[in-house]
Amino acid sequence: MKLEALPWLILFLPLLAAGIITLFTLRNKTVSATLSITAIVTSFVLTLAAIKFGGWEAREFSVNWLAIGSLNVDFGLKLDALSLMMLLIVTGVGSAIHIYSYGYMHDDPGFSRFFACLSLFTFSMLGIVLANNFLQLFIFWELVGVSSYLLIGFWFEKPSAADAAKKAFLTNRLGDFGFMLGILTIFAVIGSLNFATIQEQLKANPALFGGAATLAGLLIFCGAMGKSAQFPLHVWLPDAMEGPTPVSALIHAATMVAAGVYMLCRVFFIFTPDALTVIAWIGGFTALLAALIAVQQNDIKRILAYSTLSQLGYMVMAVGLGGPPAAMFHLTTHAFFKALLFLGAGSVIHALHHEQDIWKMGALRKKMPVTFWTFLVGTLALCGVPPFSGFYSKDAILAQAWQAHNYLLFALAVFVAVLTTFYMFRLFFVAFVGERRTGVAPVSNSKEAARAEDESLRQARRLSYEPHESPGVMIWPLRILAVASIIGGLIGISELFNSQFAGEAGEHAEHVRLLTRIIEPFQHAPVAAFGGLIAVVIGFLTAKALYGNAKTDPLPAKLGALSRAMANRFYFDELYAATFIRAHDLVAAISDWIDRWIVEGFCIGLVRGGTDLTGRALRLVQTGNLQTYAFLFVLGVAVVLWFVLGK
Amino acid sequence: MIMHVGLEHYLIVSALLFALGLLGVITRRNLLVVYMSLELMLNSANLALVSFSRFNDNLNGQVLVFFIITVAAAEVAVGLALIVALYRKRQSAHVEDLTSMKL
Repeated sequence: MKLEALPWLILFLPLLAAGIITLFTLRNKTVSATLSITAIVTSFVLTLAAIKFGGWEAREFSVNWLAIGSLNVDFGLKLDALSLMMLLIVTGVGSAIHIYSYGYMHDDPGFSRFFACLSLFTFSMLGIVLANNFLQLFIFWELVGVSSYLLIGFWFEKPSAADAAKKAFLTNRLGDFGFMLGILTIFAVIGSLNFATIQEQLKANPALFGGAATLAGLLIFCGAMGKSAQFPLHVWLPDAMEGPTPVSALIHAATMVAAGVYMLCRVFFIFTPDALTVIAWIGGFTALLAALIAVQQNDIKRILAYSTLSQLGYMVMAVGLGGPPAAMFHLTTHAFFKALLFLGAGSVIHALHHEQDIWKMGALRKKMPVTFWTFLVGTLALCGVPPFSGFYSKDAILAQAWQAHNYLLFALAVFVAVLTTFYMFRLFFVAFVGERRTGVAPVSNSKEAARAEDESLRQARRLSYEPHESPGVMIWPLRILAVASIIGGLIGISELFNSQFAGEAGEHAEHVRLLTRIIEPFQHAPVAAFGGLIAVVIGFLTAKALYGNAKTDPLPAKLGALSRAMANRFYFDELYAATFIRAHDLVAAISDWIDRWIVEGFCIGLVRGGTDLTGRALRLVQTGNLQTYAFLFVLGVAVVLWFVLGK
Repeated sequence: MIMHVGLEHYLIVSALLFALGLLGVITRRNLLVVYMSLELMLNSANLALVSFSRFNDNLNGQVLVFFIITVAAAEVAVGLALIVALYRKRQSAHVEDLTSMKL
């Protein structure tokens, strides 16, 4: 097979699977799942093959798609270290999650539909990764939004899921609007949408954009803000946890939300220093905000969701600090361990019959040993304990902040690292260690209270079952991802990204001995490395002290109002409801009034009434009497004759 | 003095006939009479045609009139049949009663 065909196959196999499932095999669960899983695993293998035979160097395949006047759009695939690594993540982590879904979703009536949506998502995500121009990127960007909508709202009969799907879609649209304006700005100035062309033009003439450079960059960033759920568009991601857990793992932790960061890295050359500063601070602020909120959440998936937000904030901050390699490195390791954590959480939720409150868990260590150990690996990786992968990538970001001499953001990042360790071990101690609890959870926020109603029902069901370890089809993806989380920091991923951004694609990283790699951060940027380590220790000790044997959450009593604010997500949803949504309702009401009374009532009424009146008047002429007509006819003839002859 | 009868006299008669027919069509209420008046108008046109033909020494016009008379006979048959059918349906042949086309 020719090598050029590989990326096309990788891209279109999942679409093919989605199409076949939707059209033919919706009734047959096993065939649908097999198709979907085969497609993504094949894509993964083909990606490996492409790397094996083609190497990491940059290459591009494209066909001309549209040519209208000066607008010339290719449908092209861009392969370089950045996109190949991202392909590996999407197809690799995606494969694990697809296989896991086979176990997790087994009894669901919408099983086939689920796999069709997953495949559609994979296709769209691969499209983003491979796109070589802005238009193609934008199309797949929106496709990802659609498939995310379908998957969040997978249990659409549940109002909360349907609402969350709408919220996610609309919030994303808001960001995409800015993104589109940014793309149009770039097209207006440069007249091309191809990344390589834009980069060359900018290199040749850095002042091409004039005053609009920062604005264009920030507009592009708007897209990432929506997709990667950065403040102030972060509100959709936690609600998106209404979707099935594998979806949360695949889309809202490992891949889709990373698309924003990926896009920022892909078009990094566009951003001016001013734009980068804004990006860094938004990222840092999101990281802090989300970490604070995560501290007081009780729903296992929501904790992980806020943790994702916080980590995405890290990545965006790294991009803003001028370190796309660090951001991509963290993105990669984060994809491993966050997918692992979500799948572990899914395994717990599955075993407890859809119980998500960590205060109703506890002592899962003995019942679910594999889940316990893999979850521990994920936790350690996320907290950044060496030699787990998270340590190296987080260290890269901290080092980036330190080297950029942005000490404020460095301090902020270290503080967020403390919080990360704290909330993760809070989750870990409460859910996995300690004793088994029976419904003594503190009712600390309104959502919790609403859920408490059907609690007794669920309680009865849960008590009649013992938690049990999940089946092998769910356990093996956990094991694989756990291995990836452990070694992810040591296998040369960061060198790969460095080579991409150093501009010397294809340069092979020099062989470093494993031991050197493990201790490398301490020599390279000791402040950052030790800062990260100290943060982990502080976070761990605090969590151990507070939650080691806790029956209820001690924090609300200690922190009071702050804790309530954290638990209520700093009232962002309420704030948006009171401002944007109310303003929007007002505009909608005014539009409705204008439409009802001015457009419908006045304009259309006038036309309709006028026609009606004229019609009524003309009707009087039609007497139905033959002789009247004859008379008028003669009169007409007379007039014509007079005109023709008489004048 | 013997008045010489010229083309204009024929044409005046023709016009008078036409006007009479028209008057009948517009004013008479009985459908049959209206129909007769209509025929009168047609024949006034025939008269004009024949007189033009005679005074222009061209026989084509007279030939044409024969055709018209033949066709008119057929047309009368159809028209009368329609009136009879209408009368059977409505038990009336007065134009005031025939306004069902009006809304």
